[in-house]
Amino acid sequence: MLTASAFVTPVVLTIVTGLIAAVLLTVAGKIFAVPVDETAVKIRECLPGANCGACGFVGCDDYAGALAKDHSIAPNKCVPGGAGAAAAIAAVLGVDAGETVEKVANVMCSGLEDCTSKEMDYQGIQSCAAVKNFFGGPGSCKYGCIGLGDCTKVCQYDAIQVCNGVAKVDRDKCVGCGMCANTCPQKIIDILPKTSRVTVGCSSKDLGKNVTKACKVGCIGCKMCEKTCKFDAIHVVDNLAKIDPEKCKNCGMCAKACPRKIIHVVPKPGQKPIVKVAPKTEDGAAPVKPSEITRPEAPAPGSEPEKKTE
Amino acid sequence: MKEMLMIIMAAVLANNYVLVRFLGICPFLGVSKKLDSAVGMSFAVIFVMVLATAATWPIQRLLLDPNGIGYMQTTVFILVIAALVQLIETFMKKSLPALHKSLGIYLPLITTNCAVLGVCTLNIDEGYNFIQSLVNSFGSGVGFLLAMFLFAGVRSKIEENDYPESFKGVASTLVAASILSVSFMGFSGMIDNIFGM
Repeated sequence: MLTASAFVTPVVLTIVTGLIAAVLLTVAGKIFAVPVDETAVKIRECLPGANCGACGFVGCDDYAGALAKDHSIAPNKCVPGGAGAAAAIAAVLGVDAGETVEKVANVMCSGLEDCTSKEMDYQGIQSCAAVKNFFGGPGSCKYGCIGLGDCTKVCQYDAIQVCNGVAKVDRDKCVGCGMCANTCPQKIIDILPKTSRVTVGCSSKDLGKNVTKACKVGCIGCKMCEKTCKFDAIHVVDNLAKIDPEKCKNCGMCAKACPRKIIHVVPKPGQKPIVKVAPKTEDGAAPVKPSEITRPEAPAPGSEPEKKTE
Repeated sequence: MKEMLMIIMAAVLANNYVLVRFLGICPFLGVSKKLDSAVGMSFAVIFVMVLATAATWPIQRLLLDPNGIGYMQTTVFILVIAALVQLIETFMKKSLPALHKSLGIYLPLITTNCAVLGVCTLNIDEGYNFIQSLVNSFGSGVGFLLAMFLFAGVRSKIEENDYPESFKGVASTLVAASILSVSFMGFSGMIDNIFGM
């Protein structure tokens, strides 16, 4: 028969055990309390939490901790957060936000499947890093995009995709954290300021005749662009044209001059997009007037009606 | 000595907590993607298993059994283990920051892990004394480590291969886990024969 005492013992015992545990934990919490820096917590809330390491620290928590301890560290190092995060951190710390440059990744290869050829039929581990160790990759151009998408795998923003054999960056989604650039075994992804819109779509340092054999759209180092540029911004080094983003005024003259059509001009935000892959110079380069070049991010007044993104 | 060795061998191989008894499957499937986190988690499990046994065995023998309420085992054990793990975590955070960084993140995950609770209850059921219980807990933890270590290797091999879309993710993991489990079933009976029982 059930008696009251049959209930009392277990109930009391559980309550007492629970109480002892509670008291112990509370006391331990007081004794072993680790001081948490309130500032670091607040800064952490301003950061996007991508843990991409573009700031040069291990992750968002590390950067927030460092900022809270040392106010002399620049608050604008977060690339994904951009100016918004910098301003928020600066407000928490009470320091000047500084200038932030929006960055974007750029793939320096145009060798689509119909432009270049494969030397072998690779069927091993589906990763660029793996195939790179295997005779330098399957493509006939050893500098170009391998196209197995190691960059796509590391991108946290779904901003880079391999289409038709070459990685392509979605400039609207890309935050410029640089994880793809660090991962790419060919080192053909460049992190550029979002304002520089003229890019060279090739990374081959081979001699012109070898490039011609390997790819229809490779840089042959003819220096036509170098001769055309009025701003001393593009130079052929090691048989490859390279643009200095600081000097480049985005005029697009080099793109027109290039006989291989590998200098691409990205349309300004708000302008109608040019056809993605084939560099159509007459479409992309023409509308850039000298008065607009200094502030290319702001949509030009004339281009407003064309903005159909809403 | 021979008995202790037998307990350890049985706990690691023949009665492996994950692969034979099917306890602690959640971390086994969840944390075995990468070798370093799998090993980190396993060391945290070994640590907690031994400590939990050290705390729960006396409670059962000195508190529950004399009062005739051995059936309160599960409730009391969960309470004690949870509080214990929490206590250790707080202590570690302050006194051993390096250890906390490597084990700390896994501690809350195994607070009420069934492998930990299982080892405590089974120690009582098997009628082990205090030292035997501790040895069995340690062995079980090592068994968990072995299972995690093997399975992390298996998984990294699977991920690199090209297999049908429908098997991607959990499906292939479960198939691999079952095959590994079958191989561990082969150890049953081995311990008794080795030690001539």
